[in-house]
Amino acid sequence: MSGPAEPKKYKNPVLNWIEFRLPIISYFEREYGDYPMPKNCNYFWSFGALATIILVVMIVSGIFLAMNYTPHTDMAFASVERIMRDVNYGWLLRYIHSNGAAFFFIVIYIHILRGMYYGSYKYPRELNWILGVFIYLLMMATSFLGYTLPWGQMSYWGATVITNLFSAIPIIGEGLKTWLLGDYTVGNATLNRFFALHYVLPFVIFGVVALHVAAVHVHGSNNPAGIDIKSKGDTVTFFPYMLFKDALAVCAFGVLISAVIFFGPNLMAEVDNYIPADPLVTPAHIVPNWYLAPFYAILRAVPDKLGGVLLMFGAIAILFFLPWLDRSKVRSCNYRPMYKWFMMLFFVNFFILGYVGLKPAEGLYLLIARLGLIYYFGFFLIITPFINWIEKPKTLPASISDIYLGMNK
Amino acid sequence: MAEVKNNKRRSFLQLSTISLGAIGTAGFIWPFLKSMNPAEDTLALGSTEVNIADIEEGQGITVKWRGKPVFIRKRTQKEISEAKAVKLEDLKDPAIDDDRVKKDEWLVLVGICTHLGCVPLGQKITDMKGEYNGWYCPCHGSHYDSSGRIRKGPAPTNLAVPPYSFINDTTIKIG
Ligand code: HEM
Ligand code: FES
Repeated sequence: MSGPAEPKKYKNPVLNWIEFRLPIISYFEREYGDYPMPKNCNYFWSFGALATIILVVMIVSGIFLAMNYTPHTDMAFASVERIMRDVNYGWLLRYIHSNGAAFFFIVIYIHILRGMYYGSYKYPRELNWILGVFIYLLMMATSFLGYTLPWGQMSYWGATVITNLFSAIPIIGEGLKTWLLGDYTVGNATLNRFFALHYVLPFVIFGVVALHVAAVHVHGSNNPAGIDIKSKGDTVTFFPYMLFKDALAVCAFGVLISAVIFFGPNLMAEVDNYIPADPLVTPAHIVPNWYLAPFYAILRAVPDKLGGVLLMFGAIAILFFLPWLDRSKVRSCNYRPMYKWFMMLFFVNFFILGYVGLKPAEGLYLLIARLGLIYYFGFFLIITPFINWIEKPKTLPASISDIYLGMNK
Repeated sequence: MAEVKNNKRRSFLQLSTISLGAIGTAGFIWPFLKSMNPAEDTLALGSTEVNIADIEEGQGITVKWRGKPVFIRKRTQKEISEAKAVKLEDLKDPAIDDDRVKKDEWLVLVGICTHLGCVPLGQKITDMKGEYNGWYCPCHGSHYDSSGRIRKGPAPTNLAVPPYSFINDTTIKIG
C-alpha cells in the first residue's frame, strides 16, 4: 500500500514533495549552493555567468522582436523600421538585441582567452573546452543568420558572400550552396529559413551550455594558479561567495551595456544596413560584423578562393585540438615565463586581425593580415606544441592555500 | 554448442535490424533535406525579354533574370578588338571572345563575381572599370576584361554567359 516513506529533507513540504519525485532541489543545492570554487579565482571567472545571462536576454528580446518581425523580402526591412518607430519600446528591444549580440561576443572572447591563459582546456577539462568551442561556432552561425534578418544592404551582401564560401568546395560546392539558399541567389526562401534557424539555434546553444557547465562541475573549476584543489580549505562555496561576486560583475556589466544601448546604440552597427537590400548593387565596401572580422581577414589574406576558405575554417577548427597541441603539464601561464608572452601576443594579434578584417584588403592592410595569419597558425602549430622543450616553468605552489600563506607574513 | 549457433543468429538479427533501421532513417531524412532545394516555382522563373534598341555603343544596362543581375553591353570597336587581341596564355580561365558572344558588339553576362558573389562595378559610365577596361569587383578586388574574363584578383573563373538568343535585332531573350 505505502511506498518507502518520503524523506523529510527540507522544512518546506512542497520542496520535499518535488525532491522525492524529481531530485532537482538537491541537484541545484549541490551544483549552485555547496559547489566548491577555488578561493583564488579572480573576476575572469565571472564571465561564464555573464555569458549565460546574456544568452537569456538574447532569447527573451529575440522572441519579443519576432512578434513584430516579418520574414519576407518585401516586408522584412519595413517591419524592422516599424519596430524602431511604431512598436512600443520596439527600439529598445532591437537595440538590446543588436548590442547584446556584440557584447555576447566581447564576453565570450574574454571567457575563451581566460581559458587559454590559465590553461583551463587541459586534462581533465578537454571535453568542457570542446563543448565551449562548439558553443562559439553555434554563436557565430546564429549571429550571421540574425544579421540577415533586417534585410539591409549589409545583411544581403554579407549573406551572399558567406554562403558563396561553400561554392569553393570542389564538385559539390555549387549544389550545396543552392541547397542552403533554396534559390540560385539569396532570396525569399533564404530569408525564411534563416529566420527559422535563427529562432531555434539559441535554444540549441542553451542545451550545449548546460552540458558545458555540467562538465566543468565534474572535476571542479580551474583557477589562476592552474593547480588542483587539494582540500576543502582551498575552496569557498558557490553560495554565497561566488553568487555575490558574480552578481556584482553582472551589475557592472549592466551599467556598461546600458550606456551603449542608450547613448550609442549604433556605435557597433554598419550604416549601410539602413539601406534596403538591393540585389543589383553591391556596397563599395562590405564588412562583416566586427566580431567575425579576424576570420574574414584570414579569408582575404589568401589570394586563392578555396585556400582562403580552408584556412578560415581551419583557424576555427584548430581550436578544437588545442588540448592536445599543448604538451606542457603546467596549466597557468602565470607559471610559464615564455609561453605567457606568446599568449599575450596571440591576443594582440587576434585583435589586429580583426582590425584589418574591417579595412579594405590591399596594401599595408593586406600585408598585416598575412603576417597575422602566419602568427595565428604558428602559435598553434609550432609555439604551443614545442615551447616546453626550451621553457622552464616556475615552481608551482603546493596548494591553493599555500599561495596565501606567504602573503600574511 | 547451442550457444554458438544462437550467437550467430543473434548477430545476424542485430546487423539486419540496425541496417534496416539505418536505411529507414536515411529514407525518412531525404524528403526533409530535399525540401530545402529550390522549389518548383523558383525553378520556373524562366526567361526575360529585353529591348535593346535604345542602348548606345559603349553603354550597358543591367536587367534582372532569376533574381540575378545580367549585364548587357554594346561594345565599342576598341573594346571588341581589345577582347580579341588577348592571347590565351594570358588568361586565368582561357576562353576566346568568339565563344562568349553571339554578335560581336553585344556582350551578355551574369553580373555576379565568380569569387564570392558581389556585383562588379563597370556598368555606369562613372564606375571604376578595373585595369582591363571591363569590370571591377570592389569586394576583394577582381578585375575582368571587356569580354568579362577574369584577369586579376581572387575570382577563379570568367563572368558566366547566360543562355540567351536574339528574337530580332532589337530584342534579346534571356533564359
Ligand atoms: C544566441 C542568441 C542570439 C544571437 C547571438 C542573436 C543575434 C542577432 C543579430 C546579430 C541580429 C541582427 C541585429 C540587427 O542588426 O538588427 C538579430 C536579429 C534578430 N533576432 Fe536574434 N539573436 C539571438 C537570439 C534570438 C532569438 C532566440 C530570437 C527569437 C525568435 C531572435 C530573433 C531575432 C529577430 C526577429 C531579429 C530581426 C530584428 C532585428 O534585426 O533587430 N534572436 N539577432
Ligand atoms: S566577390 Fe568579387 S572579388 Fe570577392
